[in-house]
Amino acid sequence: MRNRFAETFYEIAKRDDRQCMIVADISPAGSMAKFRDEYPRRFVNTGVAEQVMIGLAAGMSQRGLRPFAYTIATFALYRPFEMIRDDLCYQNLPVTVVGIGGGVSYSTLGATHHAQEDVAIAMSVPNLRVLAPTDPLEVEAMTRWCATQEDGPVYLRLGKAGEPDLTADLEEPWKFGKVRTLRRGSSHCIVTYGVITKLALAVAQALESRGCSTSVVTVPTLRPLDRTGLIDILSSHSSVSVVEECVSRALGIEVEAMAHRAGLAGKVSKFSLKDEFIHCYGAHDEILAAHGLTVERILAELLEIV
Amino acid sequence: MPRRLSTDSPTPNPEERCRAYRRRILEISQQVTALHIAPAFSCTEIVDVVMNEFMSEAEPQDVFLMSKGHGCMILYVILAERGILSVDDLVDYCTPRGRLGAHPDFGVPGIAASTGSLGHGLSIAAGQAYAERLKGSTVRVFCVVSDGELQEGSTWEAVMTASNLALANLVVIVDNNDFSGLERMSTGHPAMYPITEKFAAFGWSVSECDGHDHQKLRRALGAADGRRPHVVVASTVKGRGVSYMENENLWHYRSPNAAEFRQALTELGNPQP
Repeated sequence: MRNRFAETFYEIAKRDDRQCMIVADISPAGSMAKFRDEYPRRFVNTGVAEQVMIGLAAGMSQRGLRPFAYTIATFALYRPFEMIRDDLCYQNLPVTVVGIGGGVSYSTLGATHHAQEDVAIAMSVPNLRVLAPTDPLEVEAMTRWCATQEDGPVYLRLGKAGEPDLTADLEEPWKFGKVRTLRRGSSHCIVTYGVITKLALAVAQALESRGCSTSVVTVPTLRPLDRTGLIDILSSHSSVSVVEECVSRALGIEVEAMAHRAGLAGKVSKFSLKDEFIHCYGAHDEILAAHGLTVERILAELLEIV
Repeated sequence: MPRRLSTDSPTPNPEERCRAYRRRILEISQQVTALHIAPAFSCTEIVDVVMNEFMSEAEPQDVFLMSKGHGCMILYVILAERGILSVDDLVDYCTPRGRLGAHPDFGVPGIAASTGSLGHGLSIAAGQAYAERLKGSTVRVFCVVSDGELQEGSTWEAVMTASNLALANLVVIVDNNDFSGLERMSTGHPAMYPITEKFAAFGWSVSECDGHDHQKLRRALGAADGRRPHVVVASTVKGRGVSYMENENLWHYRSPNAAEFRQALTELGNPQP
């Protein structure tokens, strides 16, 4: 995702000199280095100083530029949170805050580098649109959208590297504010977003092999939520589960509340990161497992329901 | 409530002009008590000199950014005098029918950024200055920060970044009134001093002056060397102009009663409340 973001940004910025990249001491992966070398004036590294990264981006956008502020998700969103809230969201400026390694992607680096609450937090700030791409193809579409939209700030939550393309076969392109159906079934639906979609697909496959026709729907736009799309899903399946790489107060709780309001309560089960800090180091899937997010556990729980 | 304020007309005499600004702010305090009088009085001459004498009026216009958002009353009255805001805007200050609050809001004419939370404005000003440089414009960005605001780490992130980017079109004025909301800065936080040397150590060009002396402010603002960001550390008095408000932190956010109001107007050269 990281490289696709950099490639796409480079292609856009080559033709649009309003596009700028403000980073806070993060190594410029892939095409980011090319952008820095070819357009050094539009690439600013504030150093280990994330508050000024956001404030600078705010000021630049007020004077007609279109900056991206880019670093590891915890440092992009948490450290300068009040700058994101006041400078970007309150002033409603078209700046994209890019968080690399959303969730627990930085699996060996410990909780200081785990953006395990990022989506829940970002979803609560007025004016902030929240995007979490399913795969590198969506990263490309979203980066183009972020660079050209004029409406206000965006939090773009990326994974890290090596994510597979999962949406290549879909007929409809990614559209802001719309859910996407990756796999269509009739009985159960798994609703998910971001890097963990791969795991959701594996769960769906396993359910299917046990005779449960299963849909997988991604919600790449976490804010604003596609309420119509989600209500359709709740209405057209006998049960729905939400699988997310975030603490429990993000998409799952929203879908549950939506179901309750629509008279469809009791249909929704939720699988999220634990609401706790875990002291565990390893591969990404090992950290997810430590949070209880494995195909086996989710499958076992869903088999009790479906 | 009357739909008018005093009809002090702009005067070319800067001292009298600043007395008139202070009187106007006091008049507003008799309509709505939610305002920071003393923090506006400490930077009255600073904002006057910058806005009325230093900022270009030709397009593209220079930018004024009030990082110490609680000092915004002086900005409002000058914007109203210039017709960028209206007298009605001042009359409707801090009421649901108006658009001016106790901290300035981006989107309101003449307001460069929504400030009020300290430690934000200088980063934003640096971003604006950098954008103007990228665009090849001659626009300068003037930014007033408070001395209390220098305690925010984010301010120093911006000080460092502005210098790294060699933002010669950025001019910062520190309203050094020696008070934060709670206490005297120099006794409560002595390690903050000296201020000027800290900016100089970060590579800024620096000047110091009496922040209530127009001539000295002009000289200090004009001392920028054109190669890097410039700071004027202006010594000021919180509540300047009204004897009982000066250096009395009670007036950070208090409004005078009727008798106090009359006395203040008398001291500011107008016996007619």
